[in-house]
This record gives sequence, C-alpha cells and structure tokens, in this order.
Amino acid sequence: MAKAAKSTLQIATANRLRDGAVVFLTVDGAWSTSLAEARVARTAADADHLIATCDRDAATVVVGPTLIAVTEHDGVIEPVDLRERIRANGLTIDTIAADAVRYL
Amino acid sequence: MYTYDEHDRTFVAERVAQFRDQVKRRLLGELTEEQFKPLRLTNGLYLQLHAYMLRVAIPYGTLSSAQMRMLAHIARRYDRGYGHFTTRQNIQFNWIKLEDAADALDDLASVEMHALQTSGNCIRNTTADQWAGVAIDEIEDPRIWCEIIRQWSSLHPEFTFLPRKFKIAVTGSPNDRAAVRVHDIGLRLRRDEKGEVGFEVIVGGGLGRTPMIGKTIREFLPKRHLLSYLEAILRAYNLAGRRDNLYKARIKILVHEIGVEEMRRRVEAEWAAIRDGALDLPPQTIDAISRHFSPPAYEPQPAVDLAVERLRLESVSFARWLKTNVAPHREPGYAIVNLSLKPEGAPPGDASAAQMEAVADLALAHSHDEIRVSHEQNLVLPHVKRADLPTLWRKLAAIDLATPNLGLVSDIIACPGLDYCALANARSIPVAQRITRRFADLKRQHDIGELKIKISGCINACGHHHVGHIGILGVDKNGEEFYQITLGGDGTETTALGRIIGPAVSADDVVDAIETLVETYLQKRRPGERFVDTYRRVGDAPFKERLYAAA
Repeated sequence: MAKAAKSTLQIATANRLRDGAVVFLTVDGAWSTSLAEARVARTAADADHLIATCDRDAATVVVGPTLIAVTEHDGVIEPVDLRERIRANGLTIDTIAADAVRYL
Repeated sequence: MYTYDEHDRTFVAERVAQFRDQVKRRLLGELTEEQFKPLRLTNGLYLQLHAYMLRVAIPYGTLSSAQMRMLAHIARRYDRGYGHFTTRQNIQFNWIKLEDAADALDDLASVEMHALQTSGNCIRNTTADQWAGVAIDEIEDPRIWCEIIRQWSSLHPEFTFLPRKFKIAVTGSPNDRAAVRVHDIGLRLRRDEKGEVGFEVIVGGGLGRTPMIGKTIREFLPKRHLLSYLEAILRAYNLAGRRDNLYKARIKILVHEIGVEEMRRRVEAEWAAIRDGALDLPPQTIDAISRHFSPPAYEPQPAVDLAVERLRLESVSFARWLKTNVAPHREPGYAIVNLSLKPEGAPPGDASAAQMEAVADLALAHSHDEIRVSHEQNLVLPHVKRADLPTLWRKLAAIDLATPNLGLVSDIIACPGLDYCALANARSIPVAQRITRRFADLKRQHDIGELKIKISGCINACGHHHVGHIGILGVDKNGEEFYQITLGGDGTETTALGRIIGPAVSADDVVDAIETLVETYLQKRRPGERFVDTYRRVGDAPFKERLYAAA
C-alpha cells in the first residue's frame, strides 16, 4: 500500500521487481527509470490516482511503491529528500570498472 | 581448507533450487512482496536504494583462488564489475537482478559458496582473525572452531527465528584482531593453568544504537563442550530476548537488563542438562575438522633473504610496505602479506573483477592457493615466501593493492552509507575518500602512525565507528548530512567505546575536523605513543579545545 507524502507536489517511485532498478510512474501509467518522465501529482485527487496505480502494480511490476515530495523549477523535477535525490540521480561516487585497477 | 561433503553440497543445491522456484513465483505474482521478502533475505538478497544486493558468505574470511575467481565472475556476469568486502569478512554485490539471482547462486554453489544466513534473525557468518593459522602469537587456529560452529548453526531449526541477528567471532590469539568483545558471542582461545586449551566465552557485546562491551560469562570452557555451551546461550537468549522492540532485541540488551550473573546462571542451568548430549565434541570429531586446516607444505627457507634486505634499503616504498603490510609468519622464511583495499580515493573494501582475478592468480603462485578477507575490509595472502616479497610487491603495485597503509589513517572502515544503503542517514564513502585524499602523503601517514578511523552512515554502526580511534557517525540534521565524532574507541583486546567529543560537524567541515584532531595528537604525543595512547593520557580536553575553538 503506497502512502501519501506531505507536500503539494508528489511523484510515485519504486524499485522494479525484476531487477531492482529505481523507477518512476509516468503520465502513461508506466514505470520509467527517468525522473524527468515522472508524473507530478498537484492535487489530492492526483495523488490518489498515483496510489491506485502503485497498488495495482505492486503484485508483479514494482516493489515498495511510495509517493515522495518533489520540487519543480522550470519543469525540472527534483526530490526534496537527499535520500530520494540519491535514488533518483544515482551514486554520488565513482565506482571502479570491471577491468580497472585504479579509481582515479 | 574445508571442502564440502555430500551433505553440504546437497543442502546448498536444494536451497538454490528452492529459491529459483520462489523467485519464479514472485515474478508471476503468485507470491506477494510481503511473503517473498523473508525468503529472499534468507538467501542473502536485499533490496537497497538502487538495486538488489547479494551478500555472499565467506566463512571465517577464507577463500581459495577458484572461489575468488568465481567472485570476479559474479561481478562481471551479473553485476557492474566490482564487489564490496564487508566487516563480516563477506562480499556484497550491489547490482544483482532478481531474475539473475538464482543463476548467480548456482554459479557460487559450483565452488562451494552460498549466501545463506547472511541476513535475517539467525546466526550469521562466524568471523575470525584474518591471520588464523599463521600468526606468531596464536595459540590455536580459530577457523577449526568457526567451521564447527558453521556446521552446527547452518539451518539450525531452533535458531532460525531468533529475536534478532546473532554474530559470533573467534580469536586464537591474545592480540585480538577479530573484535570479539563487540560480538553477541566472542570466543577467545586461551590456556588454563594446566596448559590445556579452551575458550574464554564472552557474551552481550555489540555496536549499533546501544553499544556494549561483551562480558565474560565463563573464564574457561573445555573445547569439547563448545557447541553445547553455545546452544545453552542461544536457548537462554531465544527464550528471554525481547521481541517487542527491534532496538532492544539483541542479546546485549538481555545481558544488560538481567545482569551477567543471572545470564550465567541461566546458561549454566541449561548447559548442565545438555552438556554431555549429542553436541559433545569427541577428539576424533575435532581432529577430522582440524585436518582441513592443516598448514600447507612449507619449504625450508633461508633465515634472511638478501634481495629483500637490499630492496628495503633501495626503495622507500618497499620499506614502507614491509613495515605496514607485511606481518611475521609462524613458519621461518615466510610472511603474511596484507593487500590494502584502501588506495587513495577508493571506496573502502571495493575491488574490481580484474583485481579479484589477479589476486586469485597471485594466491595460486605465491600463497598456497589461499586468500583471506579481514574484518577491516582488506585482503590477505597468508603463506608467502619472504624471498617472493619483492616480486609480489611489484605485482600488487601493478593492480593497486600495495598501498602501504595498513592500520594508518587512510585504512578506513566505512559502511556503504547513503550511496547504497536503504537504512543510512548520511553518506560514508565520500567522507572516507576525502580523508584519504587529505592524507595522501604516505610519509605523513607513516609519521602519524597507527590510527583507526571508522565511519558509519547511521546508528546501526556497520562501519564500527564506536571502536574507531576516531569514529565518525553520519546523522541527518533537518535534511542535511552532519557527522558526529567520537574519540578513543578500540576494537582490540583493550576494547573501549569511543566518546562523543562535541556537537556534530557539517559534511563540509568533517575532513578539516579530522585533520585538526590529528594535528592535536601530533603536538601532544610523546615518543612511541599512538593516537589512542595520547588520547587516553590527555583525555578529551585538548582535542575539544582545538576542534571547537576554530569554529
């Protein structure tokens, strides 16, 4: 069961069941790995709609769907929480490549 | 090394087949996430921030070359080409797909590895001194006992649903490199007055939200009684450990609440009823396990190797490496070689598939096919001829595993933190990276000397910050990362919990703060004093004054 976050602007996020990837619910009702494609709920009714889709897809599509607070500036969406920003934008560190022996 | 018997092989294979079916049912929607989650966790598969994470058990941190090569294969085939060695001497893969997990586990089973009991409220991988069997100060090889514990605790029906996870560590040496006093049960091999070898049994240690130093519940336990005594402790805990509050469920809270005397009374009463039963370990059983850990066939070596001594004089880098990364070996002419997984700027404990493959090759060529993982997130080649040291050093340097920094300021333990972990409040790895860059000058590091920095991204303390000489704990202050600093912790035989020095510092300020603390030590230290010695002598005040005066 997805829960609503306390914010005016919200999006739905989850991890994709088959591979764990971070995904966002889009305007088409699909799940995308691109934050930019996330559907922004601006009203309580919008949020309820997102929750309904989350609950529908928790069976076979995604894990742990939840609504998170976002800001929107010039059409660019950014999660409010640091944790969610890291989820959305990826690691903040460089990792080592399979054949590499240096991190530089 | 221990090799699987038919029983081990069968149960691992059966568990993989069972998990494959469970995954299939989950993907079809026949199992809900609520039903599936405990099943995947039982098989070591977590869901972290960005992906599933598979934690693979490395029993007591011992690997063969073939096993290390398989870890590299898992990293390449199913992950993003690297893995992360942990403080439980295990390895985590950060990007495993659920749909691939059973295949990865099948591949691991082909080299006698699995991910069982790397999660959940059960007895986890028993850890040991990474120098087990080769350390000069060792009484007996602790891995024999870790293996006996592994066999007893694997799928133990009574202890599959404990109040909380349960961690055991064993040291065979008086110098504790396994942090036994901060485990649920710590076992220290020792001799009694007659010279007989047995265990000091320590219970109720732990880090996390409520750090506690373990208490000795029995000064001397004869070896044959180990399992019955452990079973008695687990029963006392399983019965009375709290299940109403996640944060009060570890055995340390029980021991703290009822007192060590009452805990001892309960354990001894239970033990009296079972001590001579099925868990008794006759000498022939112990001998059969011991044979798996017999030393390799060492070859006679010259007492002094001139090539090593010559290179020591010629190369300051080699001399530094000998000083920090090479330890004396119980066999004359041999050495223990520690491989640093903490090169400047690297996430502590990470290794690429290429590095793992190279280490596998080096272990085959130079270390009797054996590799160890340390709880401080480094690797060890335990059986190296001293004559091979110059060659091995060059080969390790070529794969960036020869940084001469073991035990120094840049040899940091860090948990995955908020970059990976669903529980974290703040990032750990970037802080570790910045500290290693600030102290990149190896001459300076060697001048500072032994200094253990340990970083956790939340109060669960996976980075062991409570027992760091300098501990760093990431906290969330109104959505911003702050870092609380503790001083004076110690995870060795002189176990101590660090004390908070003052208000948390911001992410921007944390590296400057660490440098200020190090500078204060350098000013105050007397000859021969390590950071922690100076801290114990002068206390908090000088450090506090310097740190907060600047602010």
